[in-house]
Amino acid sequence: MVSQQPTNEIAGLRPIDEGQPPYLYSDYVATRLRAPKKPLIILPKTLSDTTGPAFGRGTVGELDYDLTRQHEGEPLGERIIVTGRVTDGDGRPVRNSLIEIWQANAAGRYIHKNDQHPAPLDPNFSGAGRCLTDGEGRYRFVTIKPGAYPWKNHDNAWRPAHIHLSLFGEAFRSRLITQMYFPGDPLLEHDPIFQSVPDEKARRRMIYTFDLETTRPEWALGYRFDIVLEGREATPFERPHS
Amino acid sequence: MSPELTPSQTVGPFFHDALVDEDRSKLVATSHPSAVRIEGAVYDGAGEPVPDAMVEIWQANAYGRFDDPTDDRENLPLDPETFSGFGRTGTDADGRFSFVTVKPGPVPGPDGNPQAHHVMVSIFARGLLKRLVTRVYFPDEEEANAADPVLSSIGDPAFRKTLVAHDEGDALRFDIHLQGENQTAFFEL
Repeated sequence: MVSQQPTNEIAGLRPIDEGQPPYLYSDYVATRLRAPKKPLIILPKTLSDTTGPAFGRGTVGELDYDLTRQHEGEPLGERIIVTGRVTDGDGRPVRNSLIEIWQANAAGRYIHKNDQHPAPLDPNFSGAGRCLTDGEGRYRFVTIKPGAYPWKNHDNAWRPAHIHLSLFGEAFRSRLITQMYFPGDPLLEHDPIFQSVPDEKARRRMIYTFDLETTRPEWALGYRFDIVLEGREATPFERPHS
Repeated sequence: MSPELTPSQTVGPFFHDALVDEDRSKLVATSHPSAVRIEGAVYDGAGEPVPDAMVEIWQANAYGRFDDPTDDRENLPLDPETFSGFGRTGTDADGRFSFVTVKPGPVPGPDGNPQAHHVMVSIFARGLLKRLVTRVYFPDEEEANAADPVLSSIGDPAFRKTLVAHDEGDALRFDIHLQGENQTAFFEL
């Protein structure tokens, strides 16, 4: 039988993981009524979480990685190439794994019906794409640089330009949804979602690196973004032994 | 968590076109002889429905086998063409979600003894900087639930009961309370 071990940030019994955001971060107002307040229960590792869904070739169309070729014309904005490698905490490549992205258009507007920002929609941009990592864990998207947009979190609140990413990795444990930001964006220091991650180095892991090697002459700037997911068998380093 | 992991960020409110455009809420057809409907709603700390959450499930098939090569128990049948074990859906304006699936068979626990039948659940939403993880247990498995190592690790019986769905005849009801007195039990992996 596993004894109950209430967890870090809520019960204060474990060191807070500074590399991940807490559930409750008051500056991000929506967390106030949505963050759980009761201690999390530590889940022992079993097949239920060391396995995970597989998404075969059928899930992903050949052109799904290219958000600039989903319509008749090309979207407006600065064309970019986003590439990188997905690995687990031990540096092993995460192969044939689904990555889904979504983002605002160059004017900072999502196609989503609830986005009320009075910026133009782009008939040539839907802002959603997906791909599978290759045998070495690499992925590649072609898209346009998203615009910043206002939100109602606080007075004069603006989200920095970002691309949302959803990754499955190799197990239920590996599942990650995150956002990637652009280097040098002055909005980052004012953004409570970005700032919710306590550790500064960890925050930097959410920012693209401009990459001249990925950049294609006369065509598009290239950005690199490597992603590290929890592995199937990884043992969290600060977890007390039961 | 190892220190190099990429930090989690909220799914935000605008994920629908990318993540739930395709209906993945029916893991089997409604007409499947063993189809089980699991339905519920997500509520916030004020008791208001959460209309912009995404709920994902992951489970073994009816024999207790996962459609993943890591599960190499070859004595148990696998039916990858007909059952992937994965589902996801967005909540509607009233915070509601539903899945049609089969009851998973039992899978081994940390000591090798079977765990009670359960479905793994992830919840993502605006205002959740990290996903929440919970489990749906089945109300007709009282004996297995009583012996389950994960359920037994939860001391407070009322808190433990938040993980067991309610039998409503044509469906199993599993509401998810993110916060408050009736908060659902959530896990740290």
